[in-house]
Amino acid sequence: MRVLLVDDEEEFVSTLAERLELRGIMAEAVTSGFEALERVAQTEYQVVVLDLKMAGIGGLDTLRRIRQMRPESSFIILTGHTGLDEFQKVQEEGVSFHLMKPLDIEVLIEKIRTAGGGKGES
Amino acid sequence: MTVSPSSSERRPDHERTNPTGMNYSRIWRWAVLGTATVSLVPLLIMAGWNLVQFRKALAAESRVPIHNLLANAKQSVSMFLDERKSALNFIVEDNSLEQLSDPERLSRLLHNLKTSLGDVVDLGVIGSDGVQRYYVGPYNLGGRNYKDESWFREVALRGSYISDVFLGFRDFPHIVIAVRQDLGRDFFILRTTIDTQKFNAILGNLHISAADDTFLVNQEGVIQTPSRLFGGVLENLSLPLSPARNQSEVVEVTSPAGKDLLLGSVRLDGTPFTILVIKESALFLGLQQPFIGELAGFLAVSVVVILLTILRVSTIMIRRIKTADEHRIQALHEIEYTNKMATIGRLAAGVAHEINNPLAIINEKAGLLRDIYDRATDDPRREKVLKNVESIQKSVERCSKVTNRLLGFARHLEVRFEPIEPEPLIREVIGFLEKEAQYRNLALSLNAAPELPAIISDRGQLQQVFLNILNNAFAAVSDGGRIEINITRPDEDHVAVAIGDNGVGIPPEHMQRIFEPFFSTKGVKGTGLGLSITYGIVQKLGGAIEVTSRVGEGTVFTVTLPLRQE
Repeated sequence: MRVLLVDDEEEFVSTLAERLELRGIMAEAVTSGFEALERVAQTEYQVVVLDLKMAGIGGLDTLRRIRQMRPESSFIILTGHTGLDEFQKVQEEGVSFHLMKPLDIEVLIEKIRTAGGGKGES
Repeated sequence: MTVSPSSSERRPDHERTNPTGMNYSRIWRWAVLGTATVSLVPLLIMAGWNLVQFRKALAAESRVPIHNLLANAKQSVSMFLDERKSALNFIVEDNSLEQLSDPERLSRLLHNLKTSLGDVVDLGVIGSDGVQRYYVGPYNLGGRNYKDESWFREVALRGSYISDVFLGFRDFPHIVIAVRQDLGRDFFILRTTIDTQKFNAILGNLHISAADDTFLVNQEGVIQTPSRLFGGVLENLSLPLSPARNQSEVVEVTSPAGKDLLLGSVRLDGTPFTILVIKESALFLGLQQPFIGELAGFLAVSVVVILLTILRVSTIMIRRIKTADEHRIQALHEIEYTNKMATIGRLAAGVAHEINNPLAIINEKAGLLRDIYDRATDDPRREKVLKNVESIQKSVERCSKVTNRLLGFARHLEVRFEPIEPEPLIREVIGFLEKEAQYRNLALSLNAAPELPAIISDRGQLQQVFLNILNNAFAAVSDGGRIEINITRPDEDHVAVAIGDNGVGIPPEHMQRIFEPFFSTKGVKGTGLGLSITYGIVQKLGGAIEVTSRVGEGTVFTVTLPLRQE
């Protein structure tokens, strides 16, 4: 299973990718929406883990564009804080999971497996 | 005891200027005073004016009969005197001095006068030298010389004379009438004495009522005919008299006995007499008693009605103003409170977000360290590093809990109905106060009935409600106290949260007022709005709030919430 991590906090996203790798999940980290779109254009990822607030293209825009290219991808939102409006928009987009930072890596892995494996909208 | 988390300084009710900063009892006093003055003063002035006018009219009215009486008396007395003077004039015109010198003729004339007039006592002829030449009558006055008497000089000068009353024959009061008859350059005088009994009878018959007193006085104020009130003939009148005029006039005088009198007087021309008519003012004052009574009654009723109306209207008005002011201030406070909470919410969200990101980095870095050392089983520092990493991760978790609570609090400021699990909600609120509970060694327990359903309500508002009540409970208990929360389902459609403490309790006299805005027992620390806002929110959410309390034993606040919103 291939996972793409998108977050503008480089230290966070790279460390998280490394830890996922240690647990046998092929995770790649990018720090902006643009980079994410480039990667998605080249490779198919079963699960995309997205932050919402990012410089350049925001998390939701990135999500919509990736979905256009790869409708079969599942999405997990991983964010520091979500306002009510944003939260509702995310819900409307039909993401698999909405997680808050900081988080337990085991929880994330469980969600990634659910989202990637069962094509799972939960 | 419990009360609101926020309020203004309390002073005893009677001297309290309330939170609006207005002294309503003073406004009330001024309103009452001002309105009473502008309505009562004109009324009293009108009533006084009426009374004065009425008295004037009554006085003028009561003088009319006196004037009439004076006119009648003047006519009667003048007629009486003129009649006698005319009789004398007729005699001197009809009889020569020679004829009058005949004693028989003079006696016959006296007899005729007595027959026709009745009250003539004697008749005398006096020469220009003042010597009484001829005389018929009961006295022995023949030859008496009157040359030096003032009456003689007067009759010689003016042609006729009427004397004051004097005590004459047999001590009966008499008057003298004399006329002059010219004989070329000489003259003689015919003089007669008249018994005043008939004269008195004329005045006596004029009386309209028994209360009147009509009599004559001479120019010296000596009573000439009997007076009912001021004594007999020839006594001095004990009333001050101004010189009488030919026109009748009425004045108010006070008798020596202190009685108010109306005194009418008119001068009788060609005589020494002034006619007096005296009436007691009290008699006419008596006439105004019913009027004054009615006026006073009307006035008293009016004043009472006006005062009652003013009091009632002022009280209602000031109370309404006060209520309106309080509502306005309460609304302002609520807005202020809401704004404050919204600001805190935004701030909290910002802080939480900014902290969560670095927290996530720390978490992942620590996690990676743990991952690495987990696998480095032969590293001698493994245990130590893992222990430290675990400590870092626990700290991260603690921070994360705090930021999540802040975020939750911020998020729930927005009004929104959603399904809420009662127990987690209460736990969340308790979370805010956990530290304080620990420091103060408070026993905080939460018991929830099994399988409680979710309620449809507003999370943020409910948090505020329970936070307020818990704050009050914390304020009520002393260190080491107990606070017990029970969540139950009293019926199919409701969930009840009872928050009980073993604190100081609420005195019965405060129970009525604890939900009132601005009621506080916390002195300067409180705004007096906490419980009133709480009450408002619970009502808005369709719930109810109840309090039971015993002083010294504790207080239980029970919030009952509907499962669904209407």
